[in-house]
Amino acid sequence: MVKSRSQFANSTGVLELNRSEFLVIENLVKAYPKPDGSEAVILDGVNLTIGEDEYISIIGHSGCGKSTLLKIVAGLDRATAGSVRLEGREIRKPGSERMMVFQHYSLLPWLTVRENIRLAVDEVLHNATRAEKISIVNEHLNMVNLMAAADKYPDELSGGMKQRVGIARALAIRPKVLLMDEPFGALDALTRGKLQRQVLDIWESHRQAVMMITHDVDEALYMSDRIVMMTNGPAAKIGEILEVPFPHPRNMQELRELPEYYELRNHALNFLDRHFSQDD
Amino acid sequence: MAIQLNLSVIAVAGQMAWRKAKPVLIRETVLLPALGLLGILAIWWLIALLKSELMPTPAEAWVANLDYILHPFYRRGPGDLGIGWLLIASLRRVLLGFSLGALVAIPVGFLIGMSRSAMLAINPIIQIFKPVSPLAWLPIALAIFNLADPSAIFVIFITSLWPTVINTALGVSSVSQDYIDVARVLEMPRWRQIFKIILPASLPYIFTGLRISLGIAWLVIVAVEMLTGGIGIGFFLWDEWNRLNLSSVFLAILVIGLTGLVLDYVMSRIQSLVTHRSVAPNTL
Repeated sequence: MVKSRSQFANSTGVLELNRSEFLVIENLVKAYPKPDGSEAVILDGVNLTIGEDEYISIIGHSGCGKSTLLKIVAGLDRATAGSVRLEGREIRKPGSERMMVFQHYSLLPWLTVRENIRLAVDEVLHNATRAEKISIVNEHLNMVNLMAAADKYPDELSGGMKQRVGIARALAIRPKVLLMDEPFGALDALTRGKLQRQVLDIWESHRQAVMMITHDVDEALYMSDRIVMMTNGPAAKIGEILEVPFPHPRNMQELRELPEYYELRNHALNFLDRHFSQDD
Repeated sequence: MAIQLNLSVIAVAGQMAWRKAKPVLIRETVLLPALGLLGILAIWWLIALLKSELMPTPAEAWVANLDYILHPFYRRGPGDLGIGWLLIASLRRVLLGFSLGALVAIPVGFLIGMSRSAMLAINPIIQIFKPVSPLAWLPIALAIFNLADPSAIFVIFITSLWPTVINTALGVSSVSQDYIDVARVLEMPRWRQIFKIILPASLPYIFTGLRISLGIAWLVIVAVEMLTGGIGIGFFLWDEWNRLNLSSVFLAILVIGLTGLVLDYVMSRIQSLVTHRSVAPNTL
């Protein structure tokens, strides 16, 4: 216990340095004009800074605008006001340095697993030779244990396998920020646990910035360095940011034995409950 | 009576033999369809027996058509060709007109599906001309070409346009935003999105349109050939009626039906090959 606390102090120290301006979200506002002329405010002043190798979870009730926030960072949606900067450069449009893992996988059903990953590699890694591209695809197929299913079509895969393809596709183009929109949300509990472990293994060996949307407190605590808790929409903002001090590599069984785990879990659940009842 | 008896014997024997294998499958793929066909044959036979001046019995029709069935590719004179040649002549017109139609309809469908302005401009034309019987175009075609064969092909061309245009436009406009988002995140240029995302994503719709178009084209060619004459299965049918040779009319109807079935099957095979997704055959 003492050991993990000291490591926590150490790792936050490192994070303070890296955190400086890698991905900066400043006074972000998203509003839609309503038919009656007024505005529906979805996000009302979101400020968040993310480190170069930090795993961030964003948690909140449905409709709190967390998906909108992720889409704005991806460039798929435009902010009404405020800014998002990656390494100091303003984000205005989609770009492959901010790759998405979609909740419903978004695999192209007319391409095999291998071709789905290859399409992304072809579009993004222009300078790679044919041989390099093939080896990148194979490397990422192996990374998510999908070599055996490489020539199958998405229709032939289970949900967990489809999401592994989605993750392999995202990682294969070597993004600076990985954006995941409830990546495990559509999976059954057993598959979800396995895939969480796999993603965490990959991240622990190749650390990078990750923004993951989730509505599962345990998932957020298990995987992320910080948990960003959003207040309820409309006009959602960041209610609280929870530091998760457990050192990586993490083990779910060990985490469950820590009293701090339950303190953090209760804290997060209380936050969500409080904001849920407010809305009712 | 005899037919029913036969059928029950087949049914019992079949069920005995396949009970261990897949009795349900046999029942669904062999027995019930056979029952339907035998039923219609029985009705025909019954009517022919009761009113022998009206039509031949199936057996009489079989005997009368034996020459056509055994020698589908005979050539006995300039106008006296086997039924296989007639079928090929009709198929040639349909495939030519249908291919020309698809070449025009798919790009137009794309344009309508991708651009609201194009949709607003072209949609009224489709709405006005779609309900027009394709045969109504025949006089205009004859006025333009002065020849039966190109006129028939032109009518098939017009016939093939509408279902393909409408289904292509529907497919293009309903491409999942998720796929477009993937392309946008990968920074794929717009023109490449068309060929790598929108075209493959809308192929199932395009094929639905093509299959409907081809089906209607095959319906229409028979009527067109009745009007234009010349060599073809449609004119054969009309010619045999004029000779009061009803046996051959029955044969022609059967051949037209089977050919239509084969055409749709071939299209569905091409569709599943191209789209890599299994395709349900057109049941009804």
